[in-house]
Amino acid sequence: MENQEQIAEFTAYVQGGGKVEAGDWMPDEYRLQVLRFVEMHANSELMGVLPEREWINRAPTLKRKLALTAKVQDEVGHAELLYRVAEDLGKSREAMLADLLAGKTKFHNVFHYPTYSWGDVAVIAWLVDAAAIQSQKALLDCSYAPYARTMQKICWEESFHIKHGYDCVVTLASGTDPQRTILQEALNRWWTPLVHFHGPPTDPAKDRDLYWRVKAKANGVLRNEFLNRYVPKILELGLTIPDPSLHFNSESGNWEYAAPDWSELKAVVTGHGPRSAERLTLRRLSYADTAWVRDVVLAGRMAA
Amino acid sequence: MTDLSPDPSPTREGANSAGLGERDEREMQVRAVAGGSGATWPIFEIFRQERPSQALQHAGNLTAPDQGMAELYAREFYGRRNESIRIWVVPRAAVSEIVDVDLLHPPAVDRSYRMVQGYTVRDKLDAARAHGGDDVPGSPGRKGRATEPHDAMEIPSDV
Repeated sequence: MENQEQIAEFTAYVQGGGKVEAGDWMPDEYRLQVLRFVEMHANSELMGVLPEREWINRAPTLKRKLALTAKVQDEVGHAELLYRVAEDLGKSREAMLADLLAGKTKFHNVFHYPTYSWGDVAVIAWLVDAAAIQSQKALLDCSYAPYARTMQKICWEESFHIKHGYDCVVTLASGTDPQRTILQEALNRWWTPLVHFHGPPTDPAKDRDLYWRVKAKANGVLRNEFLNRYVPKILELGLTIPDPSLHFNSESGNWEYAAPDWSELKAVVTGHGPRSAERLTLRRLSYADTAWVRDVVLAGRMAA
Repeated sequence: MTDLSPDPSPTREGANSAGLGERDEREMQVRAVAGGSGATWPIFEIFRQERPSQALQHAGNLTAPDQGMAELYAREFYGRRNESIRIWVVPRAAVSEIVDVDLLHPPAVDRSYRMVQGYTVRDKLDAARAHGGDDVPGSPGRKGRATEPHDAMEIPSDV
């Protein structure tokens, strides 16, 4: 039984901006909250490479192929870093991968959707990563210091991803009519998942991630920041955002958007998205295909 | 990325060590208590140097089956963008840690006698200078006062 005084002291410390290291004492609820958050982030990095990986062989130029390969490597690297953070909170990597493959734990909504054209790759690379970095920057001040430090490296690498994505989008936007068409079609497909991205508005008073300062900003705040930054950049390329009610409110300083169907988000992240099953099947296949590598490496360790 | 669980987990309300929600037990299967690690492979701490003469800084850590694989991973994780000129790969088991504040920041021990800030000569110096002449070559005179450095590891310019 944890000491209530100890918990109160810890809570005051964390809420006052205090940082927690892996070996420090922490209440079980805090540890599980951070673990759950980091594990979902790690799962998302690992699952996020699948839509991009599908396009390595179909990339339009050698340079794009190299960039996609580098991004896939970065993202698998991020998953590695994040699973490492999560492991130190007490759950083994084997258990985390098993739960992911069994569909017990979640990964991000945007990785449950299909890609149809190079336009999707460009929109994902620019806007999905831009939405992501908006959240990730707010994690740099996470109360759990090993996670915050990891985010420093991840954000640094993600900035290249966004720049590369912007380059892909601007290339299409300044290209031929068919190129502009596939870009617009992709934006139409991705708009709702992008508005979903930061999650439904939550009551800040009940949000345990805010309570423990795992994250610094509420979902709605992050979404506003993302839209305020990127809506003008999208519009200046002559693209149309598929939300006729979208408008800038000069009083609030925010772009106002049509409330999306939040039940779609809930369905998607609980494994009922258009590509949820296929992506998990592919991940299981890949895990089984590479089992021999782990066996060989571990056998070597046993023999040593 | 942010947590996207569409329901803000009502089962977590009031969750504590005594009564975790059903969902948590199913998802978590935590092996070790706080402070322990769930890692089943050896952990290696990685330090990197970015530029010559810079101090090696802790970069992060990784798991690997052995030292050789740890070095390979370290190169990939912390050197693939030419961001390091030197990398140290240290088994975590070889790291010992001292975090006892009673040892590192003894609450009632004044250590200012070890620090530049511990010595304020300003007023005494004025008194002492009264004994000397005003025409000492190179002396800043009574008005020239060295400013005290504030940062812990800042090297004062007048030493």
